[in-house]
Amino acid sequence: MSPEKVNHLPESDTKLTLGLPGAGGECHRTKAGTKRGFLETVDLNLMSSSNDNKHCEENDAMASSKTPATKAQVVGWPPVRAYRKSAMKGSCKFVKVAVDGAPYLRKVDLEIYHSYQELLSALEDMFSFLTIRNHVNERKIIDNVNGVEYVPTYEDKDGDWMLVGDVPWKMFVESCKRVRLMKSSEAIGLAPRTPAKNSSKS
Amino acid sequence: MESESKRKKESPNTAELAVTASFPDEVLEIVLSLLTSHRDRSSVSLVCKDWYRAERWSRTQVFIGNCYSVSPEILTRRFPNIRSVTLKGKPRFSDFNLVPPNWGADIHAWLVAFAAKYPFLEELRLKRMAVSDESLEFLASNFPNFKLLSLLSCDGFSTDGLAAIATHCKNLTELDIQENGIEDSSGSWLSCFPESFTSLEVLNFANLTSEVNTDALERLVSRCKSLKVLKVNKSISLEQLQRLLVRAPQLEELGTGSFLQDLTARPYADLESAFNNCKNIHTLSGLWEAVPLYLPALYNSCANLTFLNLSYTALQSGEFAKLVVHCPRLRRLWVLDTVEDKGLEAVGSNCPLLEELRVFPADPFDEEIIHGVTEEGFVAVSFGCRRLHYVLYFCRQMTNAAVATIVQNCPNFTHFRLCIMTPGLPDYLTNEPMDEAFGAVVKTCSKLQRLSVSGLLTDLTFEYIGKYAKNLETLSVAFAGRSDRGMQCVLEGCPKLRKLEIRDCPFGNEALLSGLEKYESMRSLWMSACNVTMNACRRLAKQMPRLNVEVMKEDGSDDSQADKVYIYRTVAGPRRDAPPSVLTL
Repeated sequence: MSPEKVNHLPESDTKLTLGLPGAGGECHRTKAGTKRGFLETVDLNLMSSSNDNKHCEENDAMASSKTPATKAQVVGWPPVRAYRKSAMKGSCKFVKVAVDGAPYLRKVDLEIYHSYQELLSALEDMFSFLTIRNHVNERKIIDNVNGVEYVPTYEDKDGDWMLVGDVPWKMFVESCKRVRLMKSSEAIGLAPRTPAKNSSKS
Repeated sequence: MESESKRKKESPNTAELAVTASFPDEVLEIVLSLLTSHRDRSSVSLVCKDWYRAERWSRTQVFIGNCYSVSPEILTRRFPNIRSVTLKGKPRFSDFNLVPPNWGADIHAWLVAFAAKYPFLEELRLKRMAVSDESLEFLASNFPNFKLLSLLSCDGFSTDGLAAIATHCKNLTELDIQENGIEDSSGSWLSCFPESFTSLEVLNFANLTSEVNTDALERLVSRCKSLKVLKVNKSISLEQLQRLLVRAPQLEELGTGSFLQDLTARPYADLESAFNNCKNIHTLSGLWEAVPLYLPALYNSCANLTFLNLSYTALQSGEFAKLVVHCPRLRRLWVLDTVEDKGLEAVGSNCPLLEELRVFPADPFDEEIIHGVTEEGFVAVSFGCRRLHYVLYFCRQMTNAAVATIVQNCPNFTHFRLCIMTPGLPDYLTNEPMDEAFGAVVKTCSKLQRLSVSGLLTDLTFEYIGKYAKNLETLSVAFAGRSDRGMQCVLEGCPKLRKLEIRDCPFGNEALLSGLEKYESMRSLWMSACNVTMNACRRLAKQMPRLNVEVMKEDGSDDSQADKVYIYRTVAGPRRDAPPSVLTL
């Protein structure tokens, strides 16, 4: 496969995406408009662009015969049985966890933890570059490598972004839709420790 | 056996007559009744007319891999004494929604024939069949000796049908309901087992979701002293599970309910003690929503486990590693990819007897989630588990070098099913196609029976398969190949091929028609979203009258394209129950 198009980058190839090197590639994604909330404003590029382009090249060749546009549009692929899909959906409280600056999202089942401490420990496990330091009144989440501080936030049922830890644990589990570990520097817009919810989504 | 039959037919008649005279049919039947393998029996029936007769009278179990390959009439005519039937219906890709609804494979006509000819039927095992409540009621009322019902991946019935079985089948020993599209309206079916009913040995209702009456379940478990397999559903809590275990310490296979409950110290201790008391458990599954906190209750039971199914539990690597340390005798393991490579490394380090590994994706359709397992986990397992011969592995990246290492460590693969989840993905380190990976598999694993390929593949992969995979029986291909040549190599080169399923590949008419004679020696061929035309299918159908050629068209597709083709050998002729969406050519 000769990568003759490597030097001519169409606009879309310079767009920033999430993904492992060699995975999917721009030509497989129609991601515009599918992201939600804060992540829309955060652009991360972690793929080496030459890899990405080569792969796009090969896929374009294949696409001339048969390949679908995105994974999500292909019927019956990956070959996971319908029963397995619905059995897993039944699992109560899976929420996505994003960390600013990390290239991938994770999912946790909130139901299996009993306290904020347990949840944060689990996050420490999953995102191994983070450490949780317990201060007097609050916990801080710190990136081991560069000392960047994070604040755990979550999106609740009403679509508002709140600080994690403000409400009793069970209430949090019930209303949490997704979690984001936001860089402290960006968390200024969120009102800390007030019972009234923010109406803006900033 | 084939050559033996030829010799027999050509040998001098006097010697043969002398043998037959001193070997009455009844004796022959008794001898043949000891044969259980279906293949052996098929061979035996080809030896001569006497053996054919003796075999058909002595056969009590029949396995039909494609329900349309034969009709109920032909079956009951040939075999008068069947007690156990296994039937498989829809093509496997129906599991992934590729087959239109109401496609067929309805069990009812078979049951009607069995009621007339096999009133003493004892066992029925169905896979991918359409089963209605009416059929289950019919089954329950017409077969007084009925003992065993196993439904896997079937659809069309509800818990009402199960209630009929529970109510009427007085000799039932096994009720195994797995992974079906079942309409679960209520758990009251379980209460239909009469108080006098005590014969149950296997009860698996893990598939269902509604709550059952736990008192009724406890009483049932208490009085069925031979119960060996109990797999409950999610609605059963840990405390309820403990009460069941206490009543059935003889259990050998256990499927727990939800493992999520706030247990204080005393109930937790009771649970642990109940598990410890069940010294015969070798198979464990269920564990829905497993709270890592309570997994230690299982640790002692894990020492004897040979099969652990965690495929409905999203355990992280740390928790999983802690559990697997306690499972040194494990031979079969099913997990979710949430355990990641680190979890699989723990498997490699702790489970030297492992023979089968299945890693399922927790989030296969979510593009934002990119964790899971990689080639590293698989390689780690291969170093620690040299007896590995069955693998099903869903991953997001793979390399040729990793697969080469894996098969070098484990050359005894019989089933190698690798699913790289992005279609057409190359080796992520070298950017080359994954041809060499599957080349290594077929060159090294001479016993390979089943292969599923994925990733970016050229025709070279199929050249390798045709050249080396001489024991291959089942091949699944998706988004692969470059030209007709690929498919042709497989059809020409794999003498034992029985099932070939292909989707989204650039194989066309030339490839399809190159297998003309081959298809009669195979169970079936599935081709969808390839380049096959209606005309080619018609030609095939015309030239091969003992094949059924069925085409399913997609809405809005070109009239000349055969979007989905399903071809299978049959002695029953074209089927008459196809829905309008299925054209029989």
